[in-house]
Amino acid sequence: MVSYIFRRILATMPVMAIVALFVFSLLYIAPGDPAAVIAGDQASPADVERIRQALGLNRPFLVQFGSWVWRILHGDLGTSIFTNLPVGSLIAQRIEPTLSLMVITLVLTLLIAVPLGVVAAWKAGTWLDRTIMAFAVFGFSLPVFVVGYVLAYVFALHLEWLPVQGYTPLAEGFWPWLVNLILPAVALGCVYIALIARITRAAMLEVLQQDYIRTARAKGLGQNSILFVHALKNAAVPIVTVIGIGIALLIGGAVVTESVFAIPGLGRLTIDAILRRDYPVIQGIVLLFSFLYVLVNLMVDVTYTLVDPRIRY
Amino acid sequence: MALLDVQNLQTHFRTPEGVNRAVDGVSFHVDEGETLAIVGESGCGKSVTSMSLMRLIPEPPGKIAGSIRFQGKDLLQLSEPEMRAIRGNDISMIFQEPMTSLNPVLTVGRQIGETLRMHQGLDKQAALARAVEMLTLVGIPEPARRVREYPHQLSGGMRQRVMIAMALACNPKLLIADEPTTALDVTIQAQILQLMLDLKRRVGAAIVLITHDLGVVAEIAERVMVMYAGRKVEEAPVAELFRSPRHPYTQGLLGALPRLGSSLTGAARRLAEIPGQVPSLKQRIEGCVFAGRCPLATDLCREFAPGLEEKGPRHIAACHYAPKEAAAA
Repeated sequence: MVSYIFRRILATMPVMAIVALFVFSLLYIAPGDPAAVIAGDQASPADVERIRQALGLNRPFLVQFGSWVWRILHGDLGTSIFTNLPVGSLIAQRIEPTLSLMVITLVLTLLIAVPLGVVAAWKAGTWLDRTIMAFAVFGFSLPVFVVGYVLAYVFALHLEWLPVQGYTPLAEGFWPWLVNLILPAVALGCVYIALIARITRAAMLEVLQQDYIRTARAKGLGQNSILFVHALKNAAVPIVTVIGIGIALLIGGAVVTESVFAIPGLGRLTIDAILRRDYPVIQGIVLLFSFLYVLVNLMVDVTYTLVDPRIRY
Repeated sequence: MALLDVQNLQTHFRTPEGVNRAVDGVSFHVDEGETLAIVGESGCGKSVTSMSLMRLIPEPPGKIAGSIRFQGKDLLQLSEPEMRAIRGNDISMIFQEPMTSLNPVLTVGRQIGETLRMHQGLDKQAALARAVEMLTLVGIPEPARRVREYPHQLSGGMRQRVMIAMALACNPKLLIADEPTTALDVTIQAQILQLMLDLKRRVGAAIVLITHDLGVVAEIAERVMVMYAGRKVEEAPVAELFRSPRHPYTQGLLGALPRLGSSLTGAARRLAEIPGQVPSLKQRIEGCVFAGRCPLATDLCREFAPGLEEKGPRHIAACHYAPKEAAAA
């Protein structure tokens, strides 16, 4: 098991290398000249050229890529062109709100989506099942920013139950931190909840047909024990897979959600960086997100072995 | 009083093409400690009967009517929680497919212990200890290790032993075995049957054995009930049935059995078969259910359904033409 995890981490290196190459070349071929942006409107061509040389932008592509990778491997993500601060510390400042948002969304999703899917499968074909699935389609179809604004309007502006926007660091208390994250998490989680509820229902429907469910009923087990122990554990592999894949949805959604709810996280940093063509920052964030995604899917693979004893690496 | 007394059991399923009368008015009883075999070919309603006894038929689309008296209580009148207290405790079940009837992601010990924890209120440790005991009882070597293993780590025969251990853990009064040996190798079949008999004597449980294997019936049953197209067509003590089957269907079933050495004594012969198939149960059948395939059938059979008549000592059959045993014979 440990050796499997170790091998998997080794295997992520080529993946990360390809991601790095992609990230780097994407910015290289994107229109716009960072040197010109930094120099400003008033700069002479000589000034722009000087900046270009200082940044190494005139060197061959592979040389630039090589030195970039070399620095990253030494923990140096570069320096923001715009703020002149190290990218590493910019990300460090902004990472807490984003991770908080994603964790809360994940927890909320699991608490809502899995039971909904289980109940829908159990009551398959009834009005309850149809209602849940209708909501799932609804949640699936609405963009994050629409849900976000509607939630903020209803629960924050009208009912005044929750703050409209902003973020309170966890260091200032669990409750204020949580209260600020509820609306963004619901908004961000909508699609995710819909997706996982549907997958849970489909996986459960199949499992509930199995002979061992009949055995469990013949033993006199109660409905809850049958659904949540005997069936759900068997249905867990596809569900966990989709939870892992869905992290990509969360990463994309977090960028929009943070804008809607004015959360000073990585999403905002990303947008600002793109608008300013702050290449080192964009590269750093994309690399971080890719790494996070690869890591989550490694965790998914490890989780398989916990839910299904037949899977061994 | 009989342990189990089933009167006019009807299990019907609503389907888009009409009502499927899978079991249509079957009555039988099982005494304490007795072994009753229910035989018949596929689709004759054997398994639906056994599932109905446990009320494991999903309703809807299924519907169970009649009465199922177990120790005097009508199971069909019980609430679902009351029924749950009986399932796996007073009445338990062994299924045909040991490969798929055990939950693949829970340990064997957990699956055996579960019934004990629920029905007998044992704690986790006591249940596990008892599970080890049960595994020893069903002849699984190294029970202390096996109890922590998962079904995929066991062979088919061992899994069926686990199923038996699970079914007998709470010392049930009645064990329903739905084709318990069909999926197993012949050598393992004999072992499992022997094990069931040994344990039955030990626990004192009655058995309802569902099977289409007449060899198994001859070996372990005391009384046999033959089902055809959702009805009971014949019932007799096992020796009596094999000696003088009265219903043409039963005769056909017995005639279809291979006999050892038959190809040596005569010309190599095909096994006798019963022509045709079990009729669709979605239309009400007028007359005798077996008339369509019966060599003796006449217009009388096609118009009037024969009732179950006494044809010999404790021997009943539903056939207009089945001979009554002469009193002297």
